[in-house]
Amino acid sequence: MDVTIALFLIQDGIINGAIYALLAVALVLVFAVTRVILIPQGEFVTFAGLSLAAMETGSVPGAVWLLLVLAAAAAAMDAGAALRERSPAKAVRLAAWNLVPAIAIAAAVLAMVPLQLGLGVNIVLCAALIVPMGPYLYRVAFQPLADASVLVLLIASVGAHLALTALGLVLFGAEGYRTSPVVSGSFQIGPLFVTGQSLLVVGATLALLAGLALFFGRTLIGKALMASAINRRGARLVGIPTMLSGRIAFAMAAAIGVVSAVLVAPLTTLYYDSGFIIGLKGFVAAIIGGLGAYPAAVAAALAVGLLEAFSSFWASAFKEVIVFASILPVLLWRSLTSTHGDEED
Amino acid sequence: MNRRDLTRFLVFAAIMVAIPFLPFVPDFWVTLLDFVGLASLVALGLVMLTGVGGMTSFGQAAFVGFGAYATALLTTAYGWSPWLTLPVSLAVTVAAALVIGLVTVRLSGHYLPLGTIAWGICFYYLFGNLKTLGAYDGISSVPPLSIFGMPLLDSRSFYFVVWGFVLAAILATANLLDSRVGRSIRALRSGAAAAESVGVNVWRAKLTVFVYAALLAGLSGWLYAHFQRAVTPGVFSLTVGIEYLLMAVLGGAGYIYGAILGAGIVVVLKNFLQDLLPLFFGAGGNYEGIVFGILLIVMLQGARDGLWPVIAGRLGKAAPRVVDATGTLPGRGFDAGDGALLRVQGARRLFGGLVAVDNVSFEVGRGEIVGLIGPNGAGKSTTFNLVTGVLALSGGEIHFEDERVDGLGPEQIAARRIARTFQHVKLAPTMSVLENVAIGAHLRGRAGMVSGIMRLDREEERRIFGEAARQIERVGLAEAMHQPAGALALGQQRLAEIARALCLDPKLLLLDEPAAGLRHLEKQALADLIRRLRDEGMSVLLVEHDMDFVMQLTDHIVVLNFGARIATGAPAEIQRDPAVIEAYLGSPA
Repeated sequence: MDVTIALFLIQDGIINGAIYALLAVALVLVFAVTRVILIPQGEFVTFAGLSLAAMETGSVPGAVWLLLVLAAAAAAMDAGAALRERSPAKAVRLAAWNLVPAIAIAAAVLAMVPLQLGLGVNIVLCAALIVPMGPYLYRVAFQPLADASVLVLLIASVGAHLALTALGLVLFGAEGYRTSPVVSGSFQIGPLFVTGQSLLVVGATLALLAGLALFFGRTLIGKALMASAINRRGARLVGIPTMLSGRIAFAMAAAIGVVSAVLVAPLTTLYYDSGFIIGLKGFVAAIIGGLGAYPAAVAAALAVGLLEAFSSFWASAFKEVIVFASILPVLLWRSLTSTHGDEED
Repeated sequence: MNRRDLTRFLVFAAIMVAIPFLPFVPDFWVTLLDFVGLASLVALGLVMLTGVGGMTSFGQAAFVGFGAYATALLTTAYGWSPWLTLPVSLAVTVAAALVIGLVTVRLSGHYLPLGTIAWGICFYYLFGNLKTLGAYDGISSVPPLSIFGMPLLDSRSFYFVVWGFVLAAILATANLLDSRVGRSIRALRSGAAAAESVGVNVWRAKLTVFVYAALLAGLSGWLYAHFQRAVTPGVFSLTVGIEYLLMAVLGGAGYIYGAILGAGIVVVLKNFLQDLLPLFFGAGGNYEGIVFGILLIVMLQGARDGLWPVIAGRLGKAAPRVVDATGTLPGRGFDAGDGALLRVQGARRLFGGLVAVDNVSFEVGRGEIVGLIGPNGAGKSTTFNLVTGVLALSGGEIHFEDERVDGLGPEQIAARRIARTFQHVKLAPTMSVLENVAIGAHLRGRAGMVSGIMRLDREEERRIFGEAARQIERVGLAEAMHQPAGALALGQQRLAEIARALCLDPKLLLLDEPAAGLRHLEKQALADLIRRLRDEGMSVLLVEHDMDFVMQLTDHIVVLNFGARIATGAPAEIQRDPAVIEAYLGSPA
């Protein structure tokens, strides 16, 4: 291996690591607020990336129908709960509250996509389409289990992943897509060939991480989320509804998924099931960071990106084996050093 | 196996054996049932691992892969006969399970299922990238099984092999559950602390059930390879592992027939979804994944115990276990010996910066009742945990019968005949009081997993249960013996814990607030029991807040406050001690 290859691998590792860092932060956020280990985090990435790819060709992404179905299910569940409390007015209001935004978004997507208004509009439409799926997913799959153990939530999360991946195949087909880069062009630094998109990945990741830090440190919603994360019951006692914080956390996770998709979709071909592996690598990083610390998760994500880049050079067939096997010693170390035993879950 | 379970098994076996002979059952259904049988084996293992042992695994498909690849490789590349590869396949699976299990069972809480996801993915990619295993194309032309030179080529003849193994696995699993090893595994679900306190080696119990589950999965893989005549990595992927878990959750993760039911529903449903849904929605979809994912979530939201308990509830309750009152375990008696039985010298325990126990020293003599009292947070339960090896000392020494015992783990402490109860009761709520108490005799039996499965442990079991019943009568719970422990009032649960501790045949009994939740007469009966135990030669160390109880019962009292010993002496002296009065009532300011 010479310096050029090493530099190339490092660059590759940092770009992938940046994406993993974003996903790791989303996973840490969702776990902290809701105790859900969000296995389907990667599906937000693929759904957003493939929707974007569909919009580029002027065709309406299948995700529209998923959004409507999720909204209808959430509406039905909210209305059902209200009807059990015997308040039909509330039922109607909750159903509308769930359905109206989804229908509006779907209408906008259906009307505007065929006009092919350009990448900027497409990204906005894509975000409008994917971000609400987060809260709807939380409402449908996880809110009824809010008081269950981490383990039960994890199994439900795996179930959601299974259903969403299978849906991805139905909605987007088995073919892989790449979107056109947000920033085109490239340049040479010494021996290194750098594309504008890859600089954007690193820059956007840093900006988003800084933004999240500000959000949690400075805004009321951010502080409320942190409060729910630290003590759910306490947060509820001072008036922060767990349900709302759960929906916000899931919305943020979906939004991070959209950002990741915009960044990564021009660099790698996305398939309906790519999200799982991408998400899991973010997840390896989140675990190394202990599912609780953002800076540690980001550092670990870079390490995972580099490990992946170098193992793809030395043993490309076994790069996934190496990356996922690397999580086991970390889990073991976490288990042996964590003070609370297995009885807490 | 009790009578009801035996009847149930025989009826089930008769139905399963009869099915392929029925003229109106088409080949298609027999083939489907072959697959149900294959999946049932894996799901049965998961019932043991997840439902009984409390360890959720998404990775069982990998073990199916080990069994399948081992035989596929040996029969195709090296020309082995399929039956010869059975022990090799199982040995490979067990070896892999031992290595993977050594890491996995030490993972705590939700890290464990995450770990299974990690290695579940790893092995899929490993199978798919190893050239020897045919990479993603897998291995084809695997020879069929044959019996007496007759190859089992069609699904009807293969049916009997698969279901023969399934029925054997049901028997083995039922026997294992109803054995000494099985009880120690069942005790894991309600937390490791109680099992450790009676001498169960928790890691070993977890590894045992892990390997057992893997073994059944490997067997399923071996059968699969010779039924399908080909193996590809996709069959052992994480998605399939998730489907196995769905079977266990759907049927009911704690129930043997739940595994069969869940496997049946998933396999049949999958087949029909794969056939039917493309007709409506067009080909090229993985529709069963959508349905299974949603089904898993719906089950967790609506019926977390699965479907089997709903059905079993209609089939009637089991008759209580027949206990042979003549069964008994020989007591090991008490040595006279000189000097104190237990000596705690300068014990210290820090939690971060907090000194929970600070330089505490006391002794418990032979045949003596010692009370450990003090206000809340004085360090009494921490002291218990130090003596029983649950917590390590930060400083000081603990000696038991002239042996230094600090640094030993809880199960090693139990082996030295120190038994305890817990401030927060730790019983397996769904197991009967009798079975909970029988766990206490763990160290007085020796039957292992194999003799449990083979039913060679009946004499020992008869003695263990006779002994357990006697201890239950002793603490006054005879009427509640066959009830689930979780159905008892809190005070009675504490008594059940005492009975469990007595089953250990202890020299030293540590009781953490034994009288809490008891009524006056029950307290008197408990005090009488403790006195009788002392008169037999046992030593008792007890933490208790009921001062009348402590004062009338103990020979000697140690008072803690803020982690330090502030007084020690006979009950009458303690009652007059100004430092004690100040600790309890505050200083006269």
